[in-house]
Amino acid sequence: MAQEKQPQRKKIEATGQMMQIMSDYFYDLNAAAKSAERKVAWCTSVGPAELLRAMGFAVHFPENHAAMLGATRMATELIPEANTIGYSPEICSYLTADIGAYLKHVSPLAKAYPGIEAPPRPDVLVFNTNQCRDVQDWFSWYAKELNVPCIGICSPKNHTEVSEVLIDDVSRQIEALIPTLEEVSGQPLDLQKLREVVALSRECTELWRQVLETAAAAPAPLTFFDATIHMGPAVVLRGTPQAVAYYRRLLAELQARINSGTGAVDDEQFRIYWEGMPVWGRLRQHSELFAGLQTSVLVSTYCSSWIFPDFDPLDPIRSMAKAYLSLFIVRSDAYKETYIKRMLEKFHIDGIIYHDAKTCPCNSNSRYGMPQRLEQQTGIPSLVISGDLNDLRCVSDEQTITNVEAFIEQLEERKHHA
Amino acid sequence: MTTAVFVGLDMGASRTKVVVIDAQGQMRGHAVKKSGIDFAATAAFCLDTALAQTGAARCDILAAVATGYGRNNVAFITQESKTEIGCHARGCYHSFPEAITILDIGGQDNKIIKLDSRGRRDSFKMNRKCAAGTGAFLEEMSSRLDIPLAEMNDLARQATQVLKLGSYCTVFSATEVLENIRHGKPVADIVKGIFYSMIQRVLEMDALSEKVVLSGGVVAHNPYLVEMAAELIGRPVLLPEFPQLTGALGAALYARDGFQESP
Ligand code: SF4
Repeated sequence: MAQEKQPQRKKIEATGQMMQIMSDYFYDLNAAAKSAERKVAWCTSVGPAELLRAMGFAVHFPENHAAMLGATRMATELIPEANTIGYSPEICSYLTADIGAYLKHVSPLAKAYPGIEAPPRPDVLVFNTNQCRDVQDWFSWYAKELNVPCIGICSPKNHTEVSEVLIDDVSRQIEALIPTLEEVSGQPLDLQKLREVVALSRECTELWRQVLETAAAAPAPLTFFDATIHMGPAVVLRGTPQAVAYYRRLLAELQARINSGTGAVDDEQFRIYWEGMPVWGRLRQHSELFAGLQTSVLVSTYCSSWIFPDFDPLDPIRSMAKAYLSLFIVRSDAYKETYIKRMLEKFHIDGIIYHDAKTCPCNSNSRYGMPQRLEQQTGIPSLVISGDLNDLRCVSDEQTITNVEAFIEQLEERKHHA
Repeated sequence: MTTAVFVGLDMGASRTKVVVIDAQGQMRGHAVKKSGIDFAATAAFCLDTALAQTGAARCDILAAVATGYGRNNVAFITQESKTEIGCHARGCYHSFPEAITILDIGGQDNKIIKLDSRGRRDSFKMNRKCAAGTGAFLEEMSSRLDIPLAEMNDLARQATQVLKLGSYCTVFSATEVLENIRHGKPVADIVKGIFYSMIQRVLEMDALSEKVVLSGGVVAHNPYLVEMAAELIGRPVLLPEFPQLTGALGAALYARDGFQESP
């Protein structure tokens, strides 16, 4: 392999607007927590955020806060705080980092947004275990600590088909949340408002899909590493007009890149699918590593997880249930493999990299033979790298670099001999 | 004899290896030294030692490739680098040009590399963040038992049975070893158990193809490990002439090929 070139990564112009709406969002949350009238709900990433927004809650997503702890590399020092009170270093390092930050009274929000000291104090905590059990444990800890109600959806898991029976189950569970939420918010659910929020979520999700699909172009105008940053509004502001406006702008910029043949990585030679979570504390290094190898990591399961085509304002609650049950993470391997195979074709992928994240088994799909099965069926080679989303004690930079470089050498060899 | 040579430099976490070859791919000189803390000095020492065996000087080097953990620290010798995965594959395929699975047991990591009959890599795996099955594990055990590394091989050979270690954690394994000592078990059986556990950990990493090649410094210094691996795998394994030098040899071959292909 040629010596690594100076990495060339291109800045996305819309980033400024994204920073602004994220900043507005955090200040609004902070204001809501301080006001007597407005209520704050904490929600898991694919929990019933639509319902909460429709009922007037300001919605905080602890996973987003935990990812910020990871990206600012604060997490690794905070995780042990949670370990000492009984949360193993082997469980979700979002949970341990976030609880650690609470115990130490620190937050990346305080550095980024003057005037904000910490995440907003919740009036209610609402989870959905469609992604993992850890979120329920995580929210339950705060419920006890802050003496606020903790309610949620205990989701069915590992299904291939999203059947009516499952949708019935989750719809009923969503409906069962409403009385508590009405009590906390002090207002009844307005179904018309819910329809509006679901419609906005649907629009946001549709635009986010189009944004991610621009990466099917060669060269890809967008990388996975860009997408992990630009998915911020899709995560914390779905169901709002701000998110919709932002993705229109981002999409236009990426389409302009396609029209001018501009790739996110200079002289793109290889196209990689990323399966699993990012290593938040190494986003920049990883982005530069791949760019230096003229390789675009351009599509991922993770970023695509915020695409919910099922949202339907005409049938808001059932469609929410369907959307939350359709999430990749909650599906069987049979479904996941069919999905990934479709993506490999659509995005013209040369190789798959699985990130085996030590503390998140649910997002680590390399553990039950999937890489071998997919490789056998598609002939597309794969690599598993060991790491973690937040706990840098589980990351070996040297090993990652050697593995990635050797994998690209392998792809080069294949191309050469093809 | 022509003095034009090609150099491969394998800067491993534990040992630095240099191989000097001629245009025909024949090994003309080689050197091995503990990598230590001054990579540049170690690399220079190995390079000059290996060159001295060939009668060539540094100015006779037509091309050089570096590999290994410190591959980017030796830019004064070579601008080119390749990963150790690629170089071990190239080096082993040179000795055994057929479809092979390479098990490389290094000082700090293990690799399993699968090649097709044309020498193309089908897949590779490195050990997880763990010393299980690596030279580091053996070194730790030798210091626990207070037996010099160089004596472990012959001791293991004298064993009458294997005292198997159940854990893949080095600390847990050390506890098991201590337990065996406390129970007065023969040291030779304990050492054989340590060897057994190393091979076992490596074999657990991936499925093997028909032909298996063993390489790496640990194998080079412990021939009994090779016999044990063959026994566990159930068929003879292939061993290159210089198992510790396959990475450096592969790097030298890449240097030669790159030079010959360049316009
Ligand atoms: S899915 Fe993984 S990272 Fe997300 S909350 Fe659950 S365990 Fe943590």
